[in-house]
Amino acid sequence: MEFKAPAETNLFDTAKIVGKSTPRIDGPLKTTGTAPYAYERHDVVANQAYGYVLGSAIAKGRITSMDVSEALAAPGVITVVTSPDSDIPGISSMNNARLFGGSEIAHYHQAIACVVAETFEQARSAAALIRTKYDREQGRFDFPALAPGAPLAKGRGGKPDEASLGDFDGAFAASAVKLDATYTTPDESHAMMEPHATIAAWEGDQLTLWTSNQMIAWGKKSMGEALGIDPENIRLDSPYIGGGFGGKLFIRADVLVAALAAKAAKRPVKVALQRPLMANNTTHRHATIQRIRIGAQTDGKITAIAHENWSGNINGEDGENGTLQTPVLYAGANRKTANYIATLDLPEGNAMRAPGEAPGHMALEVAMDELAEKLGIDPIELRIRNEPTSVPSKPEKRFSDRNLVRCLREGSQRFGWSDRQAEPGKVRDGQWLVGMGVAAGYRAAPTMKSAARVRLDGSGKVIVETDMTDIGTGSYTIIAQTAAETMGVSLDRVVVTLGDSRFPASSGSGGQWGAASSTAGVYAACVNLRRAIGEKMGFNGDDAVFADGRIRTGNQVVDLADAGSLSADGEITFGEFKRGYDVGTYAAHFAEVAVNAYTGEARIRRMLAVCDAGRILNPLSARSQVIGAMVMAAGAALMEELAVDKRFGLFINHDLAGYEVPVHADITRQDVVFLDTLDPIISPMKAKGVGELGICGPGAAIANAIYNATGVRVRDYPITLDKYFEKLPTIA
Amino acid sequence: MKSFTYERAKTPAEAAGSVAKASGAKFLAGGTNLLDLMKLEIETPTHLVDVQDIGLDTIEKTKDGGLRIGALVTNTALASDQRIRRDYGVLSRAIVAGASGQLRNKATTAGNLLQRTRCPYFYDTNMACNKRQPGSGCAAIQGYSRQLGVIGTSDSCIATYPGDMAIALRVLDATIATVKPDGATRTIAMADFHRLPGDTPQFDTVLERGELITHVDLPRPIGGQHVYRKVRDRASYAFALVSVAAVIQPDGKVRAAFGGMAPKPWRVEAGEAGLHEDPAAAMETIFSGARPTEDNAFKIPLAQRALASAVAQTRS
Repeated sequence: MEFKAPAETNLFDTAKIVGKSTPRIDGPLKTTGTAPYAYERHDVVANQAYGYVLGSAIAKGRITSMDVSEALAAPGVITVVTSPDSDIPGISSMNNARLFGGSEIAHYHQAIACVVAETFEQARSAAALIRTKYDREQGRFDFPALAPGAPLAKGRGGKPDEASLGDFDGAFAASAVKLDATYTTPDESHAMMEPHATIAAWEGDQLTLWTSNQMIAWGKKSMGEALGIDPENIRLDSPYIGGGFGGKLFIRADVLVAALAAKAAKRPVKVALQRPLMANNTTHRHATIQRIRIGAQTDGKITAIAHENWSGNINGEDGENGTLQTPVLYAGANRKTANYIATLDLPEGNAMRAPGEAPGHMALEVAMDELAEKLGIDPIELRIRNEPTSVPSKPEKRFSDRNLVRCLREGSQRFGWSDRQAEPGKVRDGQWLVGMGVAAGYRAAPTMKSAARVRLDGSGKVIVETDMTDIGTGSYTIIAQTAAETMGVSLDRVVVTLGDSRFPASSGSGGQWGAASSTAGVYAACVNLRRAIGEKMGFNGDDAVFADGRIRTGNQVVDLADAGSLSADGEITFGEFKRGYDVGTYAAHFAEVAVNAYTGEARIRRMLAVCDAGRILNPLSARSQVIGAMVMAAGAALMEELAVDKRFGLFINHDLAGYEVPVHADITRQDVVFLDTLDPIISPMKAKGVGELGICGPGAAIANAIYNATGVRVRDYPITLDKYFEKLPTIA
Repeated sequence: MKSFTYERAKTPAEAAGSVAKASGAKFLAGGTNLLDLMKLEIETPTHLVDVQDIGLDTIEKTKDGGLRIGALVTNTALASDQRIRRDYGVLSRAIVAGASGQLRNKATTAGNLLQRTRCPYFYDTNMACNKRQPGSGCAAIQGYSRQLGVIGTSDSCIATYPGDMAIALRVLDATIATVKPDGATRTIAMADFHRLPGDTPQFDTVLERGELITHVDLPRPIGGQHVYRKVRDRASYAFALVSVAAVIQPDGKVRAAFGGMAPKPWRVEAGEAGLHEDPAAAMETIFSGARPTEDNAFKIPLAQRALASAVAQTRS
């Protein structure tokens, strides 16, 4: 099915199941601990041995020798696989750094060996007996020092990643009110609960990988490249995933090493990356430096806006582009963006929830707050005054459906914004200074082609099979809702099986495209199944009414079960017409924060997100997505930072004691409101994703609330108390 | 984790004797710190003597009106004891400011005193650390030291003692009772229990080989208002940047011990006397000789503000 024109009125506009709050169909499995995650799949293959990954002790250089004799002689050890002795490619076209193989060390904790033993404890103990010698080289570890000399990143088509419209320099110079501020965001870790984990088993040249991966089809292709084998000989299976956040978009060392170790051990091997390896062995969100200049008229109308961004990565590509939302969010005739990237010898930076936009909003939306204060205009009003009518950087491009102003107004009312004291430092509650902050949010709503198979089993049950993944987002449930709605059955008649590469290739989970794309793919397959039923039973499947487990066509009514066993594949693809539109999601984020007047401890009191993301397929799980993203944004604003040791080139706080993420006590009241909008340009479902929208803005709202509470502006994230407590107003 | 042998002692003396006998032996109580360190091979004991069967798990009144806390009383039991909550509130509050409910259910009074540092360079066995591997150097001194010590440190080590309970015990003038392998007992003041690193940071305390903590003794209640003020980046489940255990008397006199600052609970009685009249001068005395790094110099003004916050809390 090609989606080649805006969606018209369709069955989802009168839906009974899609769009209704629906508890997760996989919830009971998860709450009872019976959903099988990769490392716990004891029953999928017999005789599993344990692999333990050894990480490099240096960040840059080469291995000169590895002595594994003691490890091999240790109790229970079956084999040891070492990087210098491995001649596989060890990298796919989707990785920025080699995952395994060879003697070169490109980053700290790069996988250099895997010990396989009968038990986990034996493998771990033996790994400590490997004697490795290195030639250490000085690496490029100091991003702030290297950023000023960094070149422009490669943008679309390999062209330098910069864009301009009008005359920014002239307009900025002539503007009545100017803001010029620089913001920094640190390296961040996905810190998902389930680390990367895989069980690998070979049968002849056929490799099965029970793993934890967001993008099954990418993973299969990448594993073929990294192992140097035909991807058609590889099966990935990843039905349950304990968090991904972009960290599991691409294959990592666990899956490669498990495959090699299983081959060497001649039996299945399971590998999980131990927590201390997660920060430096896998990917992270790159640190950024962002300079924002905005010029405005005294009435608040922006005349000039520039956003420049610096980040770094191990191969000088694929950085963290904080400018992404800036071409879209606010009007202004003269504009420019530029994205620079330094080459570093730190671990690989790669996608983490709303890559680019998440730190981008932490800069732009604070800049807007600063501008509002300079202008003496309420920050919500300033944003409304700069609401564009077409895409500001490409005026010929239309918005598919944009309701940011409604989000801001609705949020203002619900949050009690009118109670906010514009002058900072004026609200006291005992030892605490209290403030409110607001930020707008924009996150693109891309779609990817997506396929599924839908089957009838002869008893009236509908079975959906697709390699789509559920990374905790609720994919199982929205897919079941879509199939139930389209096939006219109740939810309990639908069985959804996900994450197996033997199933039709879906969009996968990433870039907040999963919900919109995968449900549309399931819809396409259901339409094909309805036609197949019609052909078999002698009616037109498109005209028949599928409801209550029955099919009504003309005067005839039959049970769905009467159609017997049937199967249809279908795929949604997205047509060229979309290119004329910017399809995005929008939000207004609010935060109230209290700051201890003595110590500078910042504690969030309440948060609100008002979201505009088209049809909300399942308000219950969509809300979970948004509140989770708000928590992650709170972490980024207040505490999360991978601390770089610039001498040794590593993130030194590489465990969950050193890398702090919010705990329950940090998160109090969170409210989420979805506007009842529909976007006919996105897909037949008119529904957009929300998982990344929720992290675009709350960090800035928190930062702005801290400023409103204290009158101290911190532009260097995370906003930890040491950066400002000595500037707090004197305590009476 | 290295292989080790394991036994369960029946009495304190037997436990002490067993640890003294085997080189590289350690006591195992709640295991909330030791087992983690063993998995990372930061601790590599050859033999563990499990003390869970030796009793020492009650809180008893003493003749002089104080309390005698058994070494194996859990953090949860200690913090929730009515007598502790009534008469030694700072202790109860310090304990519940630390770790998580699950950990406090397992962690013991003696074990908590022996909690090792949380310095990230101590935890990464690829890094130089004199505490973990004597003579290897200290990667923390020129490194990421935001969380580390500002006073009492040395050129060999700038690690802090990370716990909360001990800070309260220090302000309460608790003492620690031990038994040695030969059966001899001794009493160690909290002030003397943790040692400064000097050039032997591998030794956290003055305990001798095989010496077992049997009790922690609290003197009779001192009254006053009890506050434990813990300052950290997140609201719970984090080690202190700075903490202060304070007891404030109706006449305004203040006792204060500080956590997160030093290799031991930091209390300077000489400076303390002036805290209620000229806190800034008193704090200068308390932290004179501090040698912070660029990363953690903020802790000294923060400690003063944390104390001011604690005092203000008692007035509101």
